[in-house]
Amino acid sequence: MRNRIPGLTTPARTDMPVMLSAPAPRHTAQSLNFSHWLAGIPPWVPFLFIAIALLWPVYAYAQSSGDTKITPLEALWRWMPFLLTRGFLFTVIISVLTMLLGTILGVFLGLGQISLLRPVRIASYWITQIFRNSPWLVLLFIVMLSFPFQINVFGIRIPVPDWSKAVIGLSLPVMANISEIVRGAIASVPSAQWEASESLAFSRRQTLFQIILPQCIKRMIPPWMNWYAILTMATPIVSILGVEEVLNLTRQAIEAENNRPELLVPFYGFILLIFFLYCYPIARLTVWLERKYALKL
Amino acid sequence: MTWTPDQPIVSITNVHKSFGALEVLKGVSLDVMKGEVICIIGPSGSGKSTLIRCINALNDIQGGSIQVEGQEVHDDKLDMLTLRKKVGMVFQQYNLFPHKTALENVMMAPVKVLKEDKAQVEQRARALLKKVRLEDKENSYPGELSGGQQQRVAIARSLAMNPDVMLFDEVTAALDPETVKEVLVTIKDLAAEGMTCILVTHEMGFAREVADHIYFTDRGVIVEHGPPATFFDNAQDPRTKEFLSQIL
Repeated sequence: MRNRIPGLTTPARTDMPVMLSAPAPRHTAQSLNFSHWLAGIPPWVPFLFIAIALLWPVYAYAQSSGDTKITPLEALWRWMPFLLTRGFLFTVIISVLTMLLGTILGVFLGLGQISLLRPVRIASYWITQIFRNSPWLVLLFIVMLSFPFQINVFGIRIPVPDWSKAVIGLSLPVMANISEIVRGAIASVPSAQWEASESLAFSRRQTLFQIILPQCIKRMIPPWMNWYAILTMATPIVSILGVEEVLNLTRQAIEAENNRPELLVPFYGFILLIFFLYCYPIARLTVWLERKYALKL
Repeated sequence: MTWTPDQPIVSITNVHKSFGALEVLKGVSLDVMKGEVICIIGPSGSGKSTLIRCINALNDIQGGSIQVEGQEVHDDKLDMLTLRKKVGMVFQQYNLFPHKTALENVMMAPVKVLKEDKAQVEQRARALLKKVRLEDKENSYPGELSGGQQQRVAIARSLAMNPDVMLFDEVTAALDPETVKEVLVTIKDLAAEGMTCILVTHEMGFAREVADHIYFTDRGVIVEHGPPATFFDNAQDPRTKEFLSQIL
C-alpha cells in the first residue's frame, strides 16, 4: 500500500509504549478552576467592556429622536445607590449567610465521611455526592416550594421569608462541596501523623481535633474561598424565585424607566461590573493563598 | 499476676501476623529484660518493623501473645492509654507535628493526654531537649530543622511520656549520612542510662556497639540470635551468614 506512512497510519518502528501521566490523587481534585480563571483576567478587561457598553447606548440614543428624556448614564446614576445598597448588599448578605450555613453543615458532613461508624460514613458519602451533583436551581425550587411560607409556634405565626428559603436551598450544594473539602484535606495529611499521635496515646478524637485538623485548616481555606466566589456568582438565580435581590431590583428599575431598551446593557453591565469588583479580589487572594500554602508544605 | 522487674519487660510468644493472605510473622518469640538493648536486623520485608509495631498495638496480631510488664497487649479490654504511656515509639520519618514548635511537640502529649501541669511539663520538655542537645531549637518548627534534629526532637517527644520501653523503627534510615551519628549518640546515651530499647536497624556497627542481644529475622521468623560478639563473628545459620556477608 502506498499510503502507509510510518508513525501516522501505522505504528512506526520507533514507537514505544507511552507512559501516561498518573492521574492526580483524589485529594488534590479540588482544583480551583473558577478562581484561577477569574484571577487570570487582567483587572482592566471588565472596565473596557463596560466602557463599550456605555458607549453603545450613547450611540443608540443619538440615533433616536432627541426628545427630553434623560440619558442612560443619568438614569443609571440615579438608580445606582438603590441598586447597591438595597440590591447588591442583599445579595452579599444572602451569599454570606448561605456560606455560613453551608460551611457549618459541610464540616459535620465531611467529618461524617471519615466516621468509624459505617452507616454514618455511607450516609454522609451519599448525601455529599447527591447534593454536589444536583443542579442548583432544582434544589432551590424544591426548597422554595416544599417549605411553608409561615410556621405556627404555639399559635404565633412566624413568617418564613423567601430569602431564608433561598439561603437554605443554596446552602445544600455548598454544604456538599465543603464536605468534600474537609474530607479531602483530612485525607491529605499523611497517615503517619495518625500513627505518631496514636503512639503518644492520643485518642482518635484528640488526634483529629488537635493534630490533623489544625494542620489542614490552611489547606482548606483556598478551596473554601473558591466556593464562596462561585456561590456569589450564582446567587442571582434566586431572583427567579422572586427574592428581591440585585437582579430583580435592576429589572424593576428599568421598568420604572419605562423599559427603554437602551438602558438594558448599561444597567445589567453595571451589575456585572459590581459582581466582578466583589469577586475578583477574592479570586486573587485565593490564588495567592493557594501558592503561599503550597510552598510551605 | 503482677509483674516484677526480674521478669521480662516485653515478652513475645509465638506471634503470628498476616496482612490479608500474606503472612508476615510466622511464630516469633523473644524476651526483653528491663534495661536491655536489643537490635532486630534482617532483610527488608522480613517482618521486623511489623514486629515492633505490634508491641505498642499499632498493628494487631492474629495469634500468640505480647506482654508488656505482664500485661497482654492484644486484649480488647486493655486501656490503650496505659500501654502507650509505657511504650514510646520513634519512627523512620520522625512524624513530628509540623504545626507545632519543637518544644510544643514535646509538651503536647503530656499536657493534652495525661493532663499534667503545663509549667511542670514545660520544665521537663526543656530538660529533654537539652538532653538531645537541641536546647537552642526549642522554638523552631519541624520544617526548619534537619532530619537528624527532627529525629532527636521525636525521641524527646517520646521520652516526655516517661516510657519504660522505647521502640526505634529504622530511625536513621531516612537521614543524611552526616546526621545519622547525632541520632545514634542520643540513643546510646539513653541505653547507657538504663532505658530498655528495642531497635530495628541497618546500622550494624551501632548494633554491635550498643546491643545486648541481636535478633536476625528472615521471612517472618527469627533465624538466629545471640550477643553481638557471637552473632557477628560466629553466625551459624547459612541465611545469617549470607546476610552478614552482603551487609558488612
